[in-house]
This record gives sequence, structure tokens and C-alpha cells, in this order.
Amino acid sequence: MSWLPELQHYVLLATALFFIGLIGVLTRRNAIVIFMSIELMLNAANLCFVAFSRYLGSPVGHLFSFMVMVVAACEVAVGLAIIVLIFRERRSVNVDDVNIMRW
Amino acid sequence: MHSVSYLQYIPLFPLLGALLCAVLGPRLKPAAVGALATVMVGASFAVSVAAFFEVRSGHQALQTVLYTWNALGGLTVDVGFLFDQLSAVMALVVTGVSTLIHLYSIGYIAHDRSPWRFFSYLNLFVFSMALLILGNNLLVMFVGWEGVGLCSYLLIGFWYDGWMKEPGGQRGMANSVAGMKAFVVNRIGDFGFLLAIFLIVVTFLPKVADGRVLDFAVLRALMEGGIPSGIGLGIITTICLLLFVGATGKSAQLPLYVWLPDAMAGPTPVSALIHAATMVTAGVYMVARMSFFYIQSPTAQLVVAGVGAATALFAATIGLVQRDIKKVLAYSTVSQLGYMFIGVGMCAYSAGVFHLTTHAFFKALLFLGAGSVIHGMHEEQDIYRMGGLKKYMPLTYWTFLVATIAIAGIWPFAGFFSKDEILWQAFNYHNEVFPEAGRVIWAVGLTGALLTAFYMFRLVALTFWGPERFHEVLHGKHPHESPWTMTLPLTVLAVLSFGAGWLAMPHIWGPNLFHHWLEPAVAALPPVGGHHSGPGLEWGLMILSMGIAGLGIASAMGFYRQDAPLPTRMKAAFPGLYRVLYQKYYVDELYDTAVIRPLVSVSRGFLWKFFDVNVIDGTVNGLASAVRLCGMALRRLQTGLVHTYAYFIVLGALAFVFYVMMMLSKGL
Repeated sequence: MSWLPELQHYVLLATALFFIGLIGVLTRRNAIVIFMSIELMLNAANLCFVAFSRYLGSPVGHLFSFMVMVVAACEVAVGLAIIVLIFRERRSVNVDDVNIMRW
Repeated sequence: MHSVSYLQYIPLFPLLGALLCAVLGPRLKPAAVGALATVMVGASFAVSVAAFFEVRSGHQALQTVLYTWNALGGLTVDVGFLFDQLSAVMALVVTGVSTLIHLYSIGYIAHDRSPWRFFSYLNLFVFSMALLILGNNLLVMFVGWEGVGLCSYLLIGFWYDGWMKEPGGQRGMANSVAGMKAFVVNRIGDFGFLLAIFLIVVTFLPKVADGRVLDFAVLRALMEGGIPSGIGLGIITTICLLLFVGATGKSAQLPLYVWLPDAMAGPTPVSALIHAATMVTAGVYMVARMSFFYIQSPTAQLVVAGVGAATALFAATIGLVQRDIKKVLAYSTVSQLGYMFIGVGMCAYSAGVFHLTTHAFFKALLFLGAGSVIHGMHEEQDIYRMGGLKKYMPLTYWTFLVATIAIAGIWPFAGFFSKDEILWQAFNYHNEVFPEAGRVIWAVGLTGALLTAFYMFRLVALTFWGPERFHEVLHGKHPHESPWTMTLPLTVLAVLSFGAGWLAMPHIWGPNLFHHWLEPAVAALPPVGGHHSGPGLEWGLMILSMGIAGLGIASAMGFYRQDAPLPTRMKAAFPGLYRVLYQKYYVDELYDTAVIRPLVSVSRGFLWKFFDVNVIDGTVNGLASAVRLCGMALRRLQTGLVHTYAYFIVLGALAFVFYVMMMLSKGL
């Protein structure tokens, strides 16, 4: 009989993913990397949804995870377009170079 | 009280007329606008006549309540109209004289820039005046009261870019300033009126079940059996005096008469209608309307009659020496209003209101005649530059003469009956506070009558008789008679000035119809026993006052007939007296120094330069700079760097999670 992961394992994994993503967002300067980190955080949330859905025997969590994927796809489409425009403008995707929206 | 459904049309026709003139007027011919306005006022007169006959046949007052205006805190006020015997007299006089003056104005204002504006204001005035006299409660009356003040202001300053001309030819007060003066002085009086309304509400509201405490009928019923218990005589006297403050403003009595002579800046029909015949009598009407208060308070009666007598004499003395034809008539109006207040002050309400009626006829006629003269003289108003106009303007002359004889009080013209009735009532008046008051007022009134006869015949002599002095101002042109729209009203008014007196005959001759008519509408003093004088005395007094008037007329004719040197010699003999009179006792200068200048300097130095600039503007600007300072400090947070925002988002999320955990742990 092989080992099967319990709920808490999924939650721990999701937490770890979430914080990896969070630290990535806060520390990296490259917009693309920040984007990838955000995707990590979204997927951490998805993992939680699916795990709880299974645990509670309810399909709602699955639905939500699809929802999150759709939103994430949209976000990538818009976000990458912005990044491309920023790159054309500044020849860089370093977010520290983009600071004209201040006092 | 009989309810009818048509009284509102008396004010509504002129209101409609005012709106139509204002909207359609600029597209119409001047004569068409005038005709429209005249027809509207005429319609209102027709409704008044119909209502008058219904009152006469039914022997009871009519009432129309349109709707409840407001009901607040136990106080209920309706928009309602009351047409009793007193309102009937006022409504007939106001709408009747207004119709004639509107007709007259068609010719007078034809060549003006904006006749439609004139007729719109004039109709608006009739609307306000109708509200004032027909309102069945004090608040509706007050709306009319303010409305006529507004129209007076608008019409005095009708030629807003013009100036009054001093008799010497130099520029006088600006018309718009004269308008403002009238408005401000009236506001002072209105403030007293308003305080009186407040005091009535506060005093009588607990005694009225349905909250209609401002209704004349309700108040009158409360006062029917004397002052209700729990209310002191002092309160009633205060109410009366505050109301009288309002009356002194509107009806140009001492000390608030100063606006009326300057109101002559307006077009002459306005002077005739508003500043002689109707609006200025509003105070007299109001005192008569509130008669049930005044009969309770001897002090208030004394004040009203005393102020009236003082004004009658004071204004008459100024009228003796003025050179502007309209100024003479203006001071004459102030003086005659004083007589009306003598009448209503001594609770002889029918005498006061009858003088109001006859005065409306002859003073409107005098002003319209003066307007005709000014029109014919190409806008010259200085009587020292007229003379001999009799030949050129016969109809104006004869009607003017009728009015002059009427105001001088010669039998059988209307002024004789009304003025003599007032003097007779004064002679018999008994006041508890000051028993001799009646005789003193009678003597003052008689002196005033002498002066009236004198200054009026001086005016006629200088204007229509004697040598022609107008050639230098008219440059070869001749004065001309006015068109029929102007002379027809003169004729009608002349007939009324001649014949209206018979409505109120002295009781030794016959029935005093006017007195009997008015009896149900006004309160009456209980008769004082052992005080009534016999018919012999009444005959004697009548002959005395006729003699006095005759003396005034004779001396004026002797003084001014053939350009005699006597006036010049008198002027030289008493230069000080002449100057004081000519400068109107320096009252305007006194007010200027004592009231206006201090007020202006306080307003400017303290209220504006200190209070407005430092306190009010300081508060507003201070708030603005405080907000600005906060903004300066907080905008440092906006770094423009995505990371900073991300940190704050994370911090916020953490704080939120922390908060939820706290709550959960507390709840579990």
C-alpha cells in the first residue's frame, strides 16, 4: 500500500508555493519574473481549491480553479501586452525604471 | 362669512398681465402692451365690482381659501382671500385708480425704450397690492407688503441710468440710488411688521385650536370681548407699536418718510399710482385692518395719531417752499397720509379710510396732471420756470384746479368732507393717557390745513397762472396739451374728486354712507358718555376750517398772483428759515451723519476689513491650507515604484489576516 498525501500536505505545499511567489514579487526587478511569481501565487490558490474540493467532496472548488485559470490567462494577455509596450518605450523591463507615476 | 370661488382672480389677472407683458411685450407695439396691461387691471376691477355687489346684497364678508400654504409646529397658514367691507373699499380704489393710471401710462410711456418692462412692473404692483389688501391673514398680507415694496423699488429706478434734476438744473440723486433708499427704508419698517407677526404668533398660538392664528377673523374673534385673559395690555401695545413701525415705513410717516420725496425719481404715473394713491396707504389700511388691537391700547392710539399729526404739519411746512412740482406733491402726500393716521389713530377708522379714498382720487389726479404738465413742458419740473400754462393746457389746468380745491378742503369738493370728518373726530377724541390729545391734534391738523391750502395754490399759481417763464427752457417751443389717453383719466378722476365726498356727509346733514358701510369690518371704541358736542359746535368747526382753507388760498393767491415781489421779500427777510425749509430741515443730512455714515464705516472698517477678511475668509483659507499641508506630507508615499505598492498590499493583507484571526480566536 503506497503512501497517499493527506489534506495538510497539499495545504503546506500550497503555502510554500504562495510564499515563494510572494517573495519573488517583492524582491525581483524583472517584470517577467514578477509575472511568473504571480502565477505561482495563483496556482498555490488553485491547489488549495482543488485539495479542499476533494476533501469536502464538493465540485465547487474545481469550478473556482477553472475560474482562476481563465482570469490568469486574461491577466497574462493584458500584462504581457503592457510589458511589451514598456519594453518598446524604455528598452528595459526593469520595474524600477518605470516610476513616472509619482509625485 | 360666505365662501365664494372667484376672489383669487382679482390678484391673478394682473399677475397674468405682468407675465404676458414680460414675455410677449418686447414683440408687441407699445400701445398693444399698454392695452393688454390695462385690460388685465380692468378685469380685476370688474371682479372687484362684482364682489362688492355681492357683499352689499349679502351683508357679509366673502372668503376664498385656495389651499393651505404651510402647517408647521402647530401654526397653519392658508393662502386665502377675504373681501369684507374694508377690503372692498381698498380693492375698488386700488384696481379702479390703477386702471385709469394704466390707461394714462399708454400715452406717457409710449416713447420709452422698454414700455413692456414698465407695464409688467406696474401689473406686478397691482398683483402685490391686491394680495396685500385681500389676504385673509397677516402672512399673505406681508407677502403683498413686500411685493409692493419690491415693485416700488423697481419702478423708482425704472430709468436706471438716469439722474434726478435739481431745480437749479444740476444733477441730483441717481434714480437707482433713490430706489435703493426707498427699499432700505421700507425694509426697516418691514422689520417692525415682521416682529409684530412673530409676537402675535407667540402670544396667541396657545389660544387657537387649529393653528390659524394669523387669520384676521380668528384674531378678531379672540379680541371680541376685550383682551383675552393671561395677556397683558403691554403685549397688545407692543404689537400695535411694532405694526405701526411697519406702517411708518410703507406710509412714509416720521421718522421713515425720507424715501417718498426721492421716490419721485420714477415715472410720473408711478408716483401717482404707487407713491400717492395706493401703496403708501397700505399702512393706513393695515392699522384699520388691525383695529381690534388698536382700540384696546390708548397708548398706541396716541402714538399713531401723534405721529400722524406731527407728520402732517412737518411735511406741509417743507411743501411750502419746494420748487420741483413733484416734490411739492410728494410732501403733500406725506402730509395727507399724516391726516389719515390721525383718523385711524383715534379709532375713527371710517374717517381715516375715507380720507384715503378721496386722497387716492385727488392725489392721483394731481400727479397725473403734473405728469401732463411735465410731458407738455418737455420734461421740465421746476415750477419757477413754468407759469401761464392755463392757456396751453386747458383740460389739465381745470382738472388740476379741481384736485387742488379738493385737497385744500373747500366745500363741496371731496377733500372737505374727509378732512373735516377727521378734524371733527379729533376734536371729540378722548384718550385716557393724555386727555387733551384730541384738541392738540385738532389744532395741529387745522394748521396743517392752512398750509395745505397755501402750498397747493402756490403750486397752481406758479404753474398755471401769472407770466410765462418757460421760454428760456423750451427754446421757442410751446407747451402742448396731452393726448386723450392721458386726459380721459384726468377727467374721470376730476369727477370723483369733486363728487366722492357725498358718500360721507357730516351727520348733521345726512347719512354717512361710508361710515355705515365700513362699520361691520372695523372695531369701534365704546362711546364715551357726556362728551358729545352739539350740532352748533360742528357747524362752527366746519365754518372755521373752511375759513382757514380760504385764508390759505387767499394768501397764496396774493403772494404769487402777478409775480408779486412778496415771496422774494419774505425769502430775504427770513433767509435762515427759508433755507431750513428748502433743505427739508436737513433730515437727510442728519440721517446721513447719524445713521448711514456710522453704519457704513462700521461695515467697512470692522465687518468687511476685519471680520470678513480675517475671521470668515481666514477660516475658509485656513481650512484649505491645512488640507494642503496634509497633502504635502502624504504625497511622499506615492513613490511611483511598483515594489512599494506591492509591499503595502502585502502589509495590508497581513494586517487583515491578523485581524480575522484575532476575531476568530475571540469568538471561539
